[in-house]
Amino acid sequence: MTAPQLPNSFRTGPDDRGHFGIFGGRYVAETLMPLILELEKAYEEAKADPAFAAELSALSTHYAGRPSKLYFAEGLTRHLGGARIFFKREDLNHTGSHKINNCLGQILLARRMGKTRIIAETGAGQHGVASATVSARFGFPCVVYMGATDVERQKPNVFRMKLLGAEVKPVTAGNGTLKDAMNEALRDWVTNVEDTYYLIGTAAGPHPYPELVRDFQSVIGTEARAQMLEQEGRLPDMIIAAVGGGSNAIGLFHPFLDDASVKIVGVEAGGHGLDGDEHCASMNAGRPGVLHGNRTYLLQDADGQILEGHSISAGLDYPGVGPEHSWLRDTGRVDYVPILDDEALDAFQVCTRTEGIIPALESAHAIAEAIKRAPTMDRDAIILVNLSGRGDKDIHTVGKLTGLEL
Amino acid sequence: MSNTRIDRRFAAVRAEGRPALVTFFTAGDPDEATTLSILKALPGAGADVIELGMPFSDPMADGPAIQAAGLRALKGGQTMAKTLEIVRLFRQADDETPIVLMGYYNPIYAHGPEAFVAEAKEAGVDGLIIVDLPPEADDELCIPALKAGLNFIRLATPTTDDRRLPTVLANTSGFVYYVSINGITGSAAPDNSRVAEAVARIKRHTDLPVAVGFGVRTAEQAAAIGANADGVVVGSAIVQAIATSLDEGGKATEGTVSAVVALVSQLAEGVRAARRLSAA
Repeated sequence: MTAPQLPNSFRTGPDDRGHFGIFGGRYVAETLMPLILELEKAYEEAKADPAFAAELSALSTHYAGRPSKLYFAEGLTRHLGGARIFFKREDLNHTGSHKINNCLGQILLARRMGKTRIIAETGAGQHGVASATVSARFGFPCVVYMGATDVERQKPNVFRMKLLGAEVKPVTAGNGTLKDAMNEALRDWVTNVEDTYYLIGTAAGPHPYPELVRDFQSVIGTEARAQMLEQEGRLPDMIIAAVGGGSNAIGLFHPFLDDASVKIVGVEAGGHGLDGDEHCASMNAGRPGVLHGNRTYLLQDADGQILEGHSISAGLDYPGVGPEHSWLRDTGRVDYVPILDDEALDAFQVCTRTEGIIPALESAHAIAEAIKRAPTMDRDAIILVNLSGRGDKDIHTVGKLTGLEL
Repeated sequence: MSNTRIDRRFAAVRAEGRPALVTFFTAGDPDEATTLSILKALPGAGADVIELGMPFSDPMADGPAIQAAGLRALKGGQTMAKTLEIVRLFRQADDETPIVLMGYYNPIYAHGPEAFVAEAKEAGVDGLIIVDLPPEADDELCIPALKAGLNFIRLATPTTDDRRLPTVLANTSGFVYYVSINGITGSAAPDNSRVAEAVARIKRHTDLPVAVGFGVRTAEQAAAIGANADGVVVGSAIVQAIATSLDEGGKATEGTVSAVVALVSQLAEGVRAARRLSAA
């Protein structure tokens, strides 16, 4: 494959057919096509409507608690003895992760489109909880599809969704993880296309989802950039985020893409290592393919069958990635690296003990990369890590793996 | 107007004054030899057009029956190359019955679209139905397929309105596959009067034959739907008949091929009754 020509700006995509380079697009069944086109139109209109932005902004402030704090992680910095580490505290948002940013935007869009029922897929349950939350707030019935394996390993979030009035449907197909949940959500959507809004949780799926999820999540990077300039008087040297589907990462990265001095690192789930099939590092070990409505890097066999993958973190346990990340990988603007399960688990514990912050296992992947890099960098260098979610949901998984009795 | 096995078959069936019976099952379910035996038996049982499913790990538009069939096939080691080989073997003895490969795009993309259409044509395939390739992506596979002499059959659905139909029909050839309900394969039976209306609507936009599928399971339904359409597609019911015939280990039994033949023979009676219904 020839390297794509470097653009003047990395922030202009997608094109009008939803492509980022060769990635993205709209690969869906005909039943959904008119709906996708309608969604694109509705989103264009919403973007141009100041009332939409005003309502989203008010909800972000008073309901979700934005802006989230930019926090100097002094304990972790001292522990590592290198670059200064800052956390963007998305874990402090209402519902405990960045997922609420996207859900507030999309629920307003759903209401605007006159839809009366919400469906969502979830891996770690963070997006399911956020979807159930905004559905409760705006009075929509909500069905959340969740892989049966994930239902088991993220029980606290399943309970939260049920308390919020959502119906959680376990999906037993495949390995019972995020990919299978997304298949089932698409089947529901195609069956209930007239009244149902599909609230996709990550910056993937058919156009315009990757764009609109990115836009709603870009509040992370926009805030962080301004906060960094205000608090430190300069931009960070490096920003790091975990990438499953990649919504927290694209939200942090996008406002920094044209800041050439900022090195950008996305962290994929390395699972048990890239040698076998037990990982979810689609951009490090996969090939471009078409799944769930878009072309992107995918874990697949020689015959184009999608592999299941593995990650300790349910939120990263997905064999694909949002198409804009695939494009940023191929252009070389973002460096995507794997972090193993064990490294993430260590980072989880280091962060908890040096900062008194229990991070989500997803975010622990990003912290693990910072732990690797910080000691090799100058003491006046700055690393910004997206702390995308809180780790309360993961205590059972971590307890089991570290031998702690709960 | 193309002149393919599909075109000729629909013309012949029209001359008989009845709708075509289009049958779907999954290649490699549960093994290659059984698939070839079923293929060879289908024309005699009354199938006019055969859709052969190419199994995919993530069949997003399919219900439980066809999902399970695909998994059985993949578990048995089915690949794209083996599916094409089955068609090649079938063609040695049957040069008339149209074969349409139906599936999802990624296995074709992984293989290389240009190479795939050339190999499919050479193997004796007549048409393609690729569920997740809308007309907006025609340059990827549809145009190369048409250039290679394959028909590219598009799905039209209840959500495809009059404004969008011309886009959907623009590069469609062979026939139009009308998906009778919003939903996945193997869902509830469609409402006849709404189907008749929809077929009439599509026919205002095209001279191509319109076949109707999704939710058709019995000879009675085939007769009723066929009264207003040029073809009736049956898939999940056939796949279900295969599933029921397997032994506990999921292997084919002596009853597997005969179960399919029995069901397809009934369905063939159904489409022949459709002529009598519409004439009455």
